[in-house]
Amino acid sequence: MVLVYINSTTGLSKAALETVTYGKKLSGDVTVITNGSASNEQLAQLGEYGASKVLVDRSVDGEDPQQLARLVAAVADQVSASTVIFSHDIYGKAVAPRLSVRMKAGLVAGAIAVPEADGSVKVNVFSGKAVGYVKVASSKQIISLLPNSIQPEKTGSVCSVEETNGLAGASAINVLETKKPEGNIPLPEAELVVSAGRGLKGPENWGMIEELATALGAATACSRPVADIGWRPHHEHVGQTGVAIRPNLYIAVGISGAIQHLAGVNGSKVIVVVNTDTEAPFFKAADYGVVGDAFDVIPKLTEAVKRFKATQH
Amino acid sequence: MNILVCISKAPDTTSKIAFTNNSTQFDENGVQFIVNPYDEWYALVRALELKETIGGNVTIVTVGTATDEAIIRKALAIGADEAVRIDADPKDAYFVAMQVASYAKAKGFDLVMTGKETINYNGSQVGGMIAEAMDLPFVSLATKLDANGTKLTLEREIVGGVQVVEVQTPAVISCAKGMAEQRIPNMRGIMAARTKPLTVIPAEAVEDLTSYVTYSMPNAKSSVKMIDPSNMDELVALLHNEAKVI
Repeated sequence: MVLVYINSTTGLSKAALETVTYGKKLSGDVTVITNGSASNEQLAQLGEYGASKVLVDRSVDGEDPQQLARLVAAVADQVSASTVIFSHDIYGKAVAPRLSVRMKAGLVAGAIAVPEADGSVKVNVFSGKAVGYVKVASSKQIISLLPNSIQPEKTGSVCSVEETNGLAGASAINVLETKKPEGNIPLPEAELVVSAGRGLKGPENWGMIEELATALGAATACSRPVADIGWRPHHEHVGQTGVAIRPNLYIAVGISGAIQHLAGVNGSKVIVVVNTDTEAPFFKAADYGVVGDAFDVIPKLTEAVKRFKATQH
Repeated sequence: MNILVCISKAPDTTSKIAFTNNSTQFDENGVQFIVNPYDEWYALVRALELKETIGGNVTIVTVGTATDEAIIRKALAIGADEAVRIDADPKDAYFVAMQVASYAKAKGFDLVMTGKETINYNGSQVGGMIAEAMDLPFVSLATKLDANGTKLTLEREIVGGVQVVEVQTPAVISCAKGMAEQRIPNMRGIMAARTKPLTVIPAEAVEDLTSYVTYSMPNAKSSVKMIDPSNMDELVALLHNEAKVI
């Protein structure tokens, strides 16, 4: 029996559908536990991705990982789950370690594939410079799945949704304010990312990066020097000491490709590098390369994307 | 405020990553070890800033062998008051968390701080595990931290934004970028670090819950396809037809 925790406070994210799909690949019997305000109709759709049943606790806001660990542990006990699955996002990173101690179950953090024949699970290590295979020694296990590692698959039909409450206890975290810029695609979940570095020469030149991102429906990102000197916000910094991402497409503009930057992006399926320097190390990690001035190339690329999008409708 | 900062050693960010012993062990040959950047730049420096403004004591703890004393002295040189090394060669996050939690429980700290993850195993596990083992609140991925009496006010990363939260001490906090700025130890700090107390305590018997069976290097990319900068339509066509990503 597999139990999957998803956060559904802002509806069903792609990461949530991925974790349910992952659960289905491990077991024919998948229960989902969630908190938040998604409607029963929305939650029933999780059946299409492999859930047999969804349990929802609408009294829990999901802001306190201690509360969520109590809730998930109690449900895992009720349904005799041998495996609990999270997304390796902010919830998985906060709740899964707590649950590991609570259930005394080994945690595989940041899985990027379904378990191997010997039961070991592949994860990124050394910030994506290598992969490791983790084996759990305890009888119960917890796996947190790195977003965008597998694709959601529809295999079934809608399932039942039941309410539960009284298992989570009180929250110890008091939320004073939530600041969410409207319309931005959260970087860790983005499938397409346009990123730029010092080659852009100044923060005032980011307009063309944003235009390309808008044309593609992509999120924007940046290299560490650019975040450090304040051209772009810290949450856009990808790399070894920033956010690690694995989008389907990563377009790097004016970024030389230092080893620390590559560590954060080398899980990307396809990498496009635009740089004036033919010797930029990033070209070695790229699938497609353009040697040219960003100020010339990027507006042309944006126009080409718009022409392409126009033919798709 | 009495603060415990958990530090871990990690290979320098420019290290060449290789494996030995039939791909079952990280090859430490020629590798320079540093204090894990998240632990040092964010958790330790913010702890020191809090001590400087409201008073208190900053202790650092690591679970490691005698070879870790170089990174412990570095953290002391940055300004921690004292250090504790729990003597073991750790292989598993649960093992590490149980050791730290047991020590921290006995000493009664107001605040336990960790980096958001290590740059070698990237698990983001130890902070949350310590919190659960101590039955304390846990705020993860904090980018700001202020203390007023027993009340902590924090900013933390959430999906697509940030959130301001309050929590009572004692608590466990994992620290991310934004929390503080890196400090370079000065000569006085380096001299003082030599005589600061470093206590070595034995590890408790705890069974590992996980292990790494083997490691491998990711598949190398096939060679890059160069596109003429005046022909961006070709690049878009390749991304659509060949790479199938748009």
